[in-house]
Amino acid sequence: MNVIPWIHMAVALVLAPLLPGVINRTKARVAGRDGAPFMQLYFDLWKLLRKGAVYSRSTTWVFRAGPLIGLAAVLGALMLTPFGKSGALLAFDGDLVLFAYWLGLMRFVTVLAALDTGSSFEGMGASREVFFSALAEPAFLLGLLGLARVTGAISLSTILPAVTAATWLSTGPALALIAAAWLVILLAENARIPVDDPNTHLELTMIHEVMVLDHGGPDLSLILYGAALKLWVMGALLVSLLTPVRYGVAWQDALVFLGGMLILAVGIGLIESAMARLRLTRVPQLLMGALALAALALMLIMK
Amino acid sequence: MSLVLIAIGLLMASALAALLLERSPRWATICGVGGAMLAGLVGLIPSFRVLLSGEHESFVMAWCMPGGSFHIGLDAVSAVFLIPIFLLTALAALYGSSYLRPFWGKRSIGFSWFCFNLLTACLILVVVARNGLLFLMAWEGMSLASFFLVVFEHDKKDAREAGWLYLVATHLGTACLLVLFALLGREAQSLDFDRIGALAPGLANAVFLLAVIGFGTKAGFMPLHVWLPEAHPAAPSHVSAVLSGVMIKTGIYGLVRMLILLGHPPAWWGWVLVGIGLSSGILGVVFALAQHDLKRLLAYHSVENIGIITLGLGLGVLGLSTGHPLIAQLGFGGALLHVVNHALFKGLLFLGAGAVAHSTGTRDMDRLGGLAKAMPWTALTFIIGAAAIAGLPPLNGFVSEFLMYYGALLACLPGGLANPLPAVGLIAGLALIGGLAAACFAKAFGIVFLGEPRTDAALAAHECGWAMRLPMIILAAACILIGFGAPWVVAALKSAIAGLLPDISGLTGVPAAQIFGAAQPSMTLLMELVIGFAAVAGLAVLLGLMRKRLLKNRPVRQSPTWDCGYAAPTPRMQYTASSFALWFVDAFRWILRTERRRSLPQGYFPDAAFMTTETPDGFRELVFRPVFAQIRWALASLRWIQHGRLQLYILYIAATLVALLIWYASCL
Repeated sequence: MNVIPWIHMAVALVLAPLLPGVINRTKARVAGRDGAPFMQLYFDLWKLLRKGAVYSRSTTWVFRAGPLIGLAAVLGALMLTPFGKSGALLAFDGDLVLFAYWLGLMRFVTVLAALDTGSSFEGMGASREVFFSALAEPAFLLGLLGLARVTGAISLSTILPAVTAATWLSTGPALALIAAAWLVILLAENARIPVDDPNTHLELTMIHEVMVLDHGGPDLSLILYGAALKLWVMGALLVSLLTPVRYGVAWQDALVFLGGMLILAVGIGLIESAMARLRLTRVPQLLMGALALAALALMLIMK
Repeated sequence: MSLVLIAIGLLMASALAALLLERSPRWATICGVGGAMLAGLVGLIPSFRVLLSGEHESFVMAWCMPGGSFHIGLDAVSAVFLIPIFLLTALAALYGSSYLRPFWGKRSIGFSWFCFNLLTACLILVVVARNGLLFLMAWEGMSLASFFLVVFEHDKKDAREAGWLYLVATHLGTACLLVLFALLGREAQSLDFDRIGALAPGLANAVFLLAVIGFGTKAGFMPLHVWLPEAHPAAPSHVSAVLSGVMIKTGIYGLVRMLILLGHPPAWWGWVLVGIGLSSGILGVVFALAQHDLKRLLAYHSVENIGIITLGLGLGVLGLSTGHPLIAQLGFGGALLHVVNHALFKGLLFLGAGAVAHSTGTRDMDRLGGLAKAMPWTALTFIIGAAAIAGLPPLNGFVSEFLMYYGALLACLPGGLANPLPAVGLIAGLALIGGLAAACFAKAFGIVFLGEPRTDAALAAHECGWAMRLPMIILAAACILIGFGAPWVVAALKSAIAGLLPDISGLTGVPAAQIFGAAQPSMTLLMELVIGFAAVAGLAVLLGLMRKRLLKNRPVRQSPTWDCGYAAPTPRMQYTASSFALWFVDAFRWILRTERRRSLPQGYFPDAAFMTTETPDGFRELVFRPVFAQIRWALASLRWIQHGRLQLYILYIAATLVALLIWYASCL
């Protein structure tokens, strides 16, 4: 049995909560503050895990199952995610579809848990979440389809390692368009500015944070950890696409990948510092823009 | 084969018995339900046997009708359609025994069971008929029996209108089929399917188009679907389950059978099918999102799922016509598996919707809410069906969609289809449909079963009895089983898929082994898929155990919903089905044309305000209604022929017969 994918998986599980820390630290630095420690999310998770729980009387078992299935589903996606240029734990032809649908399952249970509270506030977030993600999903898959066409492979673990400097030289513009589309989707799906603001609960324009208002204690820690992992898996795809370097030595490739993830987190922090959140009615246009970019890339690739 | 005949016989006999025992609802129910369930048990045996062995069984008998013999046959393709028919009708009958109880003494229960069992028998006959005339007779019997089931509550205006619309639509479809079989019969000099050989390209194209319209009307292709969202909700719920779950699939079956008979298809048939699949799939789910009536929403989802099945068929035809057997196998395999899957989860969902309507007396989602507490079994099975129909892993809907995605991905690779545009459309379309369907079922389940009851009717809900619960549990279990048993289920479909690829059976050296288990290493790909399913399911359980351990000896309190301090709002402040879907309705308003009537709050202390929205079917209002109004106007001058005098009608018949005799004699 190959141990390297297991080690990679363990590294991802340990390091994922660092990404929000890096983003927040970057934002703080740009704003001229010291900011919270890099490890803040680890502290939060640990604190929440030691608490008791409060459940709303309106809720049923659906509310309690939501965080469990949600985290399990994103772990299922992590199992399919290549670690930079190194294959994933589980890889087979067509696994990119399963990847997208595990994230879909995570969203479905989060939305149902939100509706279970009977709160109009959380229903509002749920409604927005399903609409935006319905727009994001075709764009994401079209981007992958373009890469599949370029590399002649249809598994995440063979497509992304096959994107090399030579690929970038021959189809650079199309790959850049796909990367741009994926960046938009990454921001939208992970509740970042300019789509959503992760810092507030009380804005009427909230999407993701508002859906998990009524979760607390260990449940909230599962949700926060799941969100960090979701950022990790989607970021990993983008970073693998953008780093056309492959040494073939496990630790060197791992360093390149982790460096890429760090740069991505800093980049997200800079985007969040430089931009304001879009008006909610503009978000569908942004996502349609991502879809158009992915479709354009596909056209360039297929000619 | 003989067991299938016995099943048909059982159904016919129990139908007649139910009709004769009409005086006693109890005995009519026992006869009807007993016959349907027994027939289901008897019929499943040969269906599974033929599916697994891939053998072809047939039964031929001379009969007095023109155009060949009484010929029925059972092959793996028929078996794929027969299994859901037998399973779903048996379970729906059991459910119906309890569901129809409140109508005892008010409606003719015996007649209802007569129609139900007759419908089942005709469904079976349609799928096993190997003669055009027999097929059409069974087809007509199926349409008439289902018409009477739709108008079960005939004192309601909606049900009557839905019934008439259905009757007209289905006969327009049948008219196309009459022409189709006349063309085939003229060419082959017989209506027996096995005598029909290769046709000239022009004729084959005409037959294909007639089949798309004729069978598409039954299947509910957009825009021929207009009858479907009216008729399916009007019927009693166990009938809706059968109509949506299996009856509209006979349209797909007819199309599949024609594809087999017509032999090697040209590529543009695939383009047509993919186009129809996209329009039905996307528009079906968009219209579903705008509905408030739970059963109407489910009916539109049937249109969507027929679209998904057609996408698979289109991909299969493209693969077949361009000489890519693996793509063809994946397309057809996905379509056939989705036929079974949709019967399971749509049957389940309609039964669940029926249980809700039975318990609360309303199907309006905005009047429901919080039913999961009062109806735990219905809620559990409904959420499984909802996740399955949204194509979420690890359930059966994902497996069939995965096969189609996989085929389309292969078609897009270099060396795939020369023009991969339909495959790109399929992937983007399935992704969009998947996202919209997940949204729609989050709405359907979330608004009806979660949160707080919005009305007193919802507050007074109660769980249904075991006769209604058990069928839902069995169907939900089947959805899970097919998900986790994907490699074996897909391998079992092998001979059915091979039946659709007769002329390239020599090309089996392709790497189909990976997915269809034709050789070693068998089924590796789907095995890895199922490993992924099992890992996630296991992780969810582990996390649950971990949380349980953590919360042991810690305070776990119950409180009102916190909601940022807006503590304990009234149930009427919850998000409704309409508000949940508002984004979608707004985004697609150019096609939905939702009508809004409202009176906004006025002044500083507003006392009353209301808003209602309604989304009528655009195609019905803007296309069919004007066209039919024109036809009616044009035919008004012939109205004098219809006067209601019986003697003159008999004269018409006699005159027609004499004219035909003279014509026949002159032809000799």
